[in-house]
Amino acid sequence: MAMIAVWLKVEEERVVQALQEASEKLDGIEGEVTLDLSSVRRIDPSAVRAMAEFAGMAEDKSVKVVLRGVNVDVYKVLKLVKLASRFSFVS
Amino acid sequence: MVTRDVMQQRVQIPLSAESLTEERTAYLERLVRQARTAAAVFTQFTQEDVDRLVKPMVLAGLDQAQHLARLAVEETKLGVMEDKVIKNMVATEFAYNYIKDKRTVGIIREFPERNLVEMAEPIGVIFSITPITNPTSTVLFKCIMAIKTRNAVIFSPHPNAWRCCSEAVKIMYETALKHGAPEGVFACLESHTLQDNAYLMHHKDVGLIDATGGPGAVKAAYSSGKPALGVGPGNTPVYLERTADLNTAVTDIILSKTFDNGTICASEQTAVIDDEIYDLVLKKFAALGAHICNEKEVKLLARTVIDPETGFMQAAAVGQKAIDIARLAGLSVNPGTKLLIAPIQGVGREHPLSVEKLFPVLSVYRAKSVDEALKVCVDVNHAGGLGHTAVIFSRNDDVIRQFGELMNAGRILVNSPGSVGAVGGVYNDLPPTFSFGCGTGGGNSTTDNVNIYHYLNIKRVARRTQAHMWFRVPNQIYFNMNAVANVHQFASRSTIIVTNPSLEQFGHVDLVRRYIPEGTHVHVSVIPDAEPEVKVVMQGVEALNFYKADQIIALGGGSVIDAAKIMKLKYESPEADLEELAAPFLDLRKRVIEYPTEKINRVRLIAISTTSGTGSEVTPFAVLTDKERARKVTLADYSLTPDVAIVDPQFVMSMPKGLTADTGVDCLTHALEAAVSSYASAYTDCNAMQAIRMAFKYLPIAYQHPRDEEARCMMHNAACIAAMAFSNASVGVNHALAHAFGARFGVAHGRANALMLPHVIAYNASVPTKFLPSPYQKGYVAHKKYATIADLLGLGGHTIDEKVKNLVAATEQLLDQLGFPRSIADLGISKEEFERAMPDLTKLAFDDPSWRSNPRMPLISELAELFWKAYQGRGLGNMADAVRQQTA
Repeated sequence: MAMIAVWLKVEEERVVQALQEASEKLDGIEGEVTLDLSSVRRIDPSAVRAMAEFAGMAEDKSVKVVLRGVNVDVYKVLKLVKLASRFSFVS
Repeated sequence: MVTRDVMQQRVQIPLSAESLTEERTAYLERLVRQARTAAAVFTQFTQEDVDRLVKPMVLAGLDQAQHLARLAVEETKLGVMEDKVIKNMVATEFAYNYIKDKRTVGIIREFPERNLVEMAEPIGVIFSITPITNPTSTVLFKCIMAIKTRNAVIFSPHPNAWRCCSEAVKIMYETALKHGAPEGVFACLESHTLQDNAYLMHHKDVGLIDATGGPGAVKAAYSSGKPALGVGPGNTPVYLERTADLNTAVTDIILSKTFDNGTICASEQTAVIDDEIYDLVLKKFAALGAHICNEKEVKLLARTVIDPETGFMQAAAVGQKAIDIARLAGLSVNPGTKLLIAPIQGVGREHPLSVEKLFPVLSVYRAKSVDEALKVCVDVNHAGGLGHTAVIFSRNDDVIRQFGELMNAGRILVNSPGSVGAVGGVYNDLPPTFSFGCGTGGGNSTTDNVNIYHYLNIKRVARRTQAHMWFRVPNQIYFNMNAVANVHQFASRSTIIVTNPSLEQFGHVDLVRRYIPEGTHVHVSVIPDAEPEVKVVMQGVEALNFYKADQIIALGGGSVIDAAKIMKLKYESPEADLEELAAPFLDLRKRVIEYPTEKINRVRLIAISTTSGTGSEVTPFAVLTDKERARKVTLADYSLTPDVAIVDPQFVMSMPKGLTADTGVDCLTHALEAAVSSYASAYTDCNAMQAIRMAFKYLPIAYQHPRDEEARCMMHNAACIAAMAFSNASVGVNHALAHAFGARFGVAHGRANALMLPHVIAYNASVPTKFLPSPYQKGYVAHKKYATIADLLGLGGHTIDEKVKNLVAATEQLLDQLGFPRSIADLGISKEEFERAMPDLTKLAFDDPSWRSNPRMPLISELAELFWKAYQGRGLGNMADAVRQQTA
């Protein structure tokens, strides 16, 4: 079966919107989705919530979520809210 | 100004949360999740981000101080509105003043001289219980502390102060949010139950419980298994000592005791007043609006404000005005009465008013003496106030110090009011707080004024320190042939020569005497040629005292020089306890025992060695035999190092072959062990390496040709140079094995060393089973150092392993040349006997301090293995034969 992977760039100012857009594309994805967070310096509680929801939806559809370029401060937030284990990380 | 919350005094918060509904559980989970997310997001904030949030929150608190105070008084019916305004302002403005310049993010403190840095890690989610007595001020204070430290807080206010507290939380939260704080950073439980508290106290995502409430809440917090902060109950004694400034004292006590109608638990409860000033003090109290109760009134008052069954104060009296309490008790007082003063005759249940009273009633006690006053203060302190606060008014520093020592109180306030003084930052430099830690006396984990540092995990980044090392040797060392002539330059009125009989017979003593300046009174003290005994040393000390000696010349081998070192010690410092000074230690600079520095006599010690091995003329060690107790005592301190060493080979020219070999191998072992010691330094390495080179070259010659002056001279110098190395780098496991074996089987030290040496080199050069902590070394280098030694000796080899093997082989070869038995079996010790001795041997060797600087830590099993290798003889040593064959 062919793998259809999607790569999305996420800007710091619109993390929530970007994740919402990404979640709309989940149906057409087989395999994995890569979210490029390299330009996200910080996330706020709404972004955390959006990421948790997105992770849940991706899991339901058996889509692997890869986060690219996550800085260490954001990574620590994801660890603290116990979300890190739900994503794969690449630099 | 956090007080013990009397309204919760008898309320026990259940540890079980089983009765919660699903809906309620979901609500609490949501709160925690929000707080956890907020706290996580908060970790991204910088110090500047945090400080930008704090200031507007403080300003909002100040702006709303009166509004919140009014709400608090209306809702709780406790205290004084105007005072609560002050509390709210202190909670914000004073707290800000304390924290504004303090770092709470990243590096918070640096100690460059200790290579230490402290860094802050937020706690995360804090569950905070707040009291009825100081409701809004506590909330304001905790919100500001939490933001400054990047934590989220879930508040659980006292049920009777919920409205005012939730309003305070709302003001703080909205302000924080407006300025960029993470959403969900504060929450206030809605119409909560004790089950809610229990659920949150046990929640896995709650990092800390900060319980400012009654004993029940505090106990529940500490029982939850979570890290907790809790305040304890108070019962503050105040001692008015006769030297006190009475106007200040009386004013301060009234101020403190009436502030917010006495709801602050640090306020004074019983004033203990010296007899001489008692009447005057009461007169001054009365003049400032206090009512002094007579005996009948005291009884009426006690009956009204103290529960006769529990002995605790009545909740109805808490935070009420003095005139209202008087009315309740049926007392007739002036309308302007601020404070009710109740004379008591003791402390305890039979004196009901001696307990904590969070209202304007002060008990007073007339003390006949300072001693009695202090005892009564101790009684008050122990009657429910342990760990909290104590106050003294005095100008007598001795009494103040004594009071400080006697009171078990986190805050001991001098010449200042209890309540406002304990809060900190107003009358003193204590950190401002609304939570008084009461230490273990109050069932708390801290005695501090709880502040921002208790809301942080403080991480310590400890960089490896460059350990200070040393290289200490005698001030003057004279060496080579006729070096003894230098004795003439040391002026002395009275000199004792310590030596042994054989050296006197050889004429060595006469040789030394020849160089002692004329006019010096010389006495010769001849001691047995054996390890010095306590008795012998003490006889020597008697001679030193009798002749009022100012110089000792120790002429002999290690035993004689060691004896002289100890004689000097006991002569200069008669109080020195040799047994105590021999106490074990790990690091010379950190050991428990200190050698005496005060000396009643001063004497110069000149050491002239007559053997080429121990190097005692330059070492800080001395071994003493205590025959009465059948034990050896080893003393080690640089103060034992002789002042002058003379290394003159003419004294060793007639050394017998056996002694030449024994002492020479001792010298070589010193140097080899110092070279690989974990205390080795560049300073000791140069000495160790040179001594090794000299020993390998000249020891066989000195052994074969005892009259070879050059060989004798070089070996004599080598022994001294090796001793300088091991005096500063110490020795290793070879010495530990040799000491144990030598002592058990009566084998000479050098010979015992020789039996172990090749096996120890091979052992130290292999990868350790256990590394020994070694702050002086970077990495494991013993094998490389052996390789360097092999290079120095020109032994060949391409790899480190080859070079080490060549060194072992060369050592075996040297020992062969010196005619040593090459195995313990060769000494005629049966395998069975050796096997029987093994437990003792390994125990003795492991107890020996010598190995503590060995490059690898010997396990007991490894010590046994080394002993067995020595028993069997050549292991790796077979290579010596191989090398010989190759050479041939």
